[in-house]
Amino acid sequence: MKRFIGFVTKEFYHIFRDKRSMFILFGMPIAQIMLFGFAITNEINNVNIAILDKSKDTKTQKIINKISASKYFYIEQEISSEYQIESIFKKGKVKAVLVFENHFVKNLQTQKQAKVQVITDATDPNIANTITNYVNAILQNHTQEINNTNQPAYQIQTQTQLYYNPELKSVFTFVPGVMTVILMLVSAMMTSISITREKELGTMEVLLVSPLNPLQVILGKVFPYIFLSIINATVIVVLGVFVFGMPIEGSILLLAFESILFIITALSLGILISTLSNSQQTAMMISLMGLMLPVIILSGFIFPLSSMPLPLQVISNIIPAKWFIIIIKAIMLKGASIEIIWKETLILIGMTLFFIVLSIKKYKIRLE
Amino acid sequence: MSQEKIIEVKNLSKKFGSFTAVDNISFDVYKGEIFGFLGANGAGKTTAMKMLIGISRPTSGEVTVAGYDVKTAAEMVKKSIGYMSQRFSMYDDLTIKENITFFGGIYGLSRNKIKEKTAQLVSELGLEDAVDKLVGDLPLGWKQKLSFSVALLHEPKIVFLDEPTGGVDPITRRQFWEMIYAEAHKGTTIFVTTHYMDEAEYCDRVSIMVEGHIEALDTPKNLKQQFNVESMNDVFLKLARNVE
Repeated sequence: MKRFIGFVTKEFYHIFRDKRSMFILFGMPIAQIMLFGFAITNEINNVNIAILDKSKDTKTQKIINKISASKYFYIEQEISSEYQIESIFKKGKVKAVLVFENHFVKNLQTQKQAKVQVITDATDPNIANTITNYVNAILQNHTQEINNTNQPAYQIQTQTQLYYNPELKSVFTFVPGVMTVILMLVSAMMTSISITREKELGTMEVLLVSPLNPLQVILGKVFPYIFLSIINATVIVVLGVFVFGMPIEGSILLLAFESILFIITALSLGILISTLSNSQQTAMMISLMGLMLPVIILSGFIFPLSSMPLPLQVISNIIPAKWFIIIIKAIMLKGASIEIIWKETLILIGMTLFFIVLSIKKYKIRLE
Repeated sequence: MSQEKIIEVKNLSKKFGSFTAVDNISFDVYKGEIFGFLGANGAGKTTAMKMLIGISRPTSGEVTVAGYDVKTAAEMVKKSIGYMSQRFSMYDDLTIKENITFFGGIYGLSRNKIKEKTAQLVSELGLEDAVDKLVGDLPLGWKQKLSFSVALLHEPKIVFLDEPTGGVDPITRRQFWEMIYAEAHKGTTIFVTTHYMDEAEYCDRVSIMVEGHIEALDTPKNLKQQFNVESMNDVFLKLARNVE
């Protein structure tokens, strides 16, 4: 035990004296969560739009007022002809143009319908899509209001209710995502680098010649990162809750347990990587290409898995991060208990055991 | 030098696939001697030494170090030996004191013992002022001497030095060998690999490995007589040529 403490002390010296490690460990989580929380968002707010109102009657004015009153749109300018649309899009001043047809009120009264054209700048397809949806919602809402007073013959009303994230805050998906990425990065990449560093420097040989057995060496190297990862996870959750209003509906204890489980999964992956590579650079490349990219792309963090082609959906099943994201979202947003996420938990445990067994096997071969 | 055997190697072989790195070698090392283990690069000396210190498993053959079989009692072997690898084997980002504390710790030395050893070691090396400096800031010669002292921290019966003087200047090499002599005088067995032939002259006995075999094993004096040459360098060249 005394040996172990000595070993861990040495590891902490390595970490605290290396600026790069310190940055990855403590700068990165905060920077990422702030970035994802504030800068990168799927919501739209105060989008600049232009209006082409050919009718200019009381009805169109009412609708325009309604749109400009919403916090989603800001009417940047009113234009007078279709020819101007291209040029204002090219200047990038507005993201959408609403065109009201001629004789808007008259059409409404005589034909019972009138047309509004929504033209969007689809260079950013997500935003274009969202804008269209929002405009539609506002117009529908308006139609309903009119119909309520006019009593139409027949009508189907949809009532939408959004569970678990009623305001569709993107932070709610980013906090679990960033937490997953950071834990993977810190646990897998940092440990694999720190183990290969000993190999590269030749100190691993000295450690193996000492009375420490290989298991003690690996545990000694890994332990500080368990500790630091737990701190990291805590920082991210605390920031998520207090800065971005992320709820924790489920049990904090369960959340902590699942997080530690995932940290161990990532660490065992890190150990596996370190048995496969002899230099820090190789370890870093394998970690970045082999872990970070799949974690970001195939875990459901940013891109929804359900809309991916089937082969990618199948591949995503072997990514531990996917299961962890499902688990923490369920706990934080839905208040799920272990009875609901036992399957995902078992998968993570199984993966961890698999990585550990594989590392031990590889490690033995290296010693031969 | 006594005739008590401290390392016994019998018919030791190591194969990597179809390549035989070490081919059926046998030799003994006596307590308290400086044993030079020579060979060109790729002759198999590092592979052989790795089997003696327990980080590589022999394909066949028997090795006893300090009375323990490396196959069955590796732990006991590890406690009895010190090791200094050819690459600098301390942590650059730790201070001298922290390095000593760490290596003392993994060999199970008590805190008091480590304190006592640290004081003794830095005064011997004249490093009192540098004890809280990072090892990375020391000149290579100092690092090397420090490495050697750290390998001896737990007072091992045998110390293995893998090309300890690679890349250091002649004066430091000279000082290093004085340290080795002093340690051998205390009764510690020194097992040293080198490719500096002048260093071979300092050894009590040398073995010369060529292509996995031990081609010669005797005192430097006897070897020079046997091959009828002036220096160990010539002995080595003759042996290497014979094989070609």
